[in-house]
Amino acid sequence: MSFWRRELRATYAFVERNWNMVKRYWGWEVVWITYSIVNSLAITFIGAGMEKISGQPMNTQYLILYLLVGTLIWSYLSVVFDSISEMIAWERWEGTIEYTFMAPVARPTHMIGTTLFSVSYGILRTLIILGVVTFFFQIDLSRANLVGAMLVLLIGSVSFIGFGIVAAVLPLLFPERGSQMTHIIEALLLLISGIYYPISVLPDWLQKISMFSPATYVLEAMREAILYSKGTSDLLPYVWPLIAMGFITIPFGLLVFGIVERFAKKTGRLKRSG
Amino acid sequence: MHHLALNVQHVGKSFASEEPWLKRLRRRNGKVCAVSDVSFQVKRGEIYGILGPNGSGKSTLIRCLATLLIPDAGRIEIFGHDLQRDEKTVKRLINRVSVDAAFFKKLSAMENLLYAARLYGMDGATARKRIREILERLGIKELHQPLEHMSRGMQQKVAIARAFLNSPILLLLDEPTTGLDPRSKREVQEFVLEVREDHDATVLLTTHDMDEADKLCNRVAIIDNGKIIAEDTSQGLKNLIQDRVPNPTLEDVFMELTGKQLVTEEDLVSET
Repeated sequence: MSFWRRELRATYAFVERNWNMVKRYWGWEVVWITYSIVNSLAITFIGAGMEKISGQPMNTQYLILYLLVGTLIWSYLSVVFDSISEMIAWERWEGTIEYTFMAPVARPTHMIGTTLFSVSYGILRTLIILGVVTFFFQIDLSRANLVGAMLVLLIGSVSFIGFGIVAAVLPLLFPERGSQMTHIIEALLLLISGIYYPISVLPDWLQKISMFSPATYVLEAMREAILYSKGTSDLLPYVWPLIAMGFITIPFGLLVFGIVERFAKKTGRLKRSG
Repeated sequence: MHHLALNVQHVGKSFASEEPWLKRLRRRNGKVCAVSDVSFQVKRGEIYGILGPNGSGKSTLIRCLATLLIPDAGRIEIFGHDLQRDEKTVKRLINRVSVDAAFFKKLSAMENLLYAARLYGMDGATARKRIREILERLGIKELHQPLEHMSRGMQQKVAIARAFLNSPILLLLDEPTTGLDPRSKREVQEFVLEVREDHDATVLLTTHDMDEADKLCNRVAIIDNGKIIAEDTSQGLKNLIQDRVPNPTLEDVFMELTGKQLVTEEDLVSET
């Protein structure tokens, strides 16, 4: 059997397994999707209520769309990030990590399989949230560059994947606390990436750090495409940094993962109990 | 094919002590030795048993052979392939059953085994057919209910089915029948013998069940405190103490050689 066919089947193994998990843990899925919908609605209602809160006339439609883009994109990116960064923690919890690591599967194949699932699952969840939120707000997307926005989202996902792979090593290094540590990375990205506010309101030093977050570029490009109807070529200044980040973070993530996997095998950290 | 299935030479493995780091700093060597200078060879087609009490280093040794641990010292060759240099080739030749049936417990036996089969490059249709055959052979009819609804014994049988899925030529069985009822235990033991005959597989079996070692293994090594202290056929080991103990069992051999019981009361309590 050719190498590629074998790796392709192994890639599908991760996609199929994760979908099966979603089906079997459907109760949890209902909880998380309800939470995400309510969270998105609550944040978007802040935009709807800003005129009353401030007592000043405002472009409420603009605010609603601004916050909606933020909440939807964050919902999508955090699902992608969580699925990848928790792949180790989840398997450790189930106790299957040794069997997955014992299989003759290249680590990039493992990552690609997990990523394919994450991106498709993230898109599906985001579409569900968008569908529900549109019931509550009059959203006019007739002038938005949705194709450009989608393109940016997919390219942005690639660079986010690299961050996810780096975060995934934490549960290998710290069997008991690693999973919680990945949430710190996620929280920092939330703070610095301009999800719900322009990064210009951040202190100078945080603005400098925000340049290293792929979410910053994804958000700015999405808002240009949706709020200001900018053409796809106008989005290129945001796309190049995302491509560059993908080229750096994914190989870097795989390298770090390889080093940490070897360390875990030397110190016996693959074992469930650590 | 190589006539030696397994060649283990001077393998050693230690772990950092789980004591608090300050206590470890105070001591010069804060390491716990799990396996020390272990050497043995297993011929192709053999069932080789490693007999030892809990904590004797059996599972650490199996983990080293299964590419899950990197030994501190020594060399391991599987069918002539160096474990460190040809890890991926070795992974295609082996599979393992551990004492704890580790699965995605919410997924069914079919879903878990399909995942495992695809990891080894099997296509869906072939995998489904083979999964049905193996599970049927092991007497498992519930293919689609979550594994968490199955008994411990049934889960262990599914774990054994998983290990046989990719037709490995070296099977690492780490106490595969621990916790099984007598009937399930016998079915698994018969299955192991059948696989050895039909698939020309070599089996490395760790156990603290003397009858199992006696029944299944061509040769048995006794391991204690991470060291192999004796190795021979079951009868050969018994002959070692024939002059001191009349009609000795493997447990008598173990007690004579180590001064310990193979299964302590503490072990029995922890298993229940």
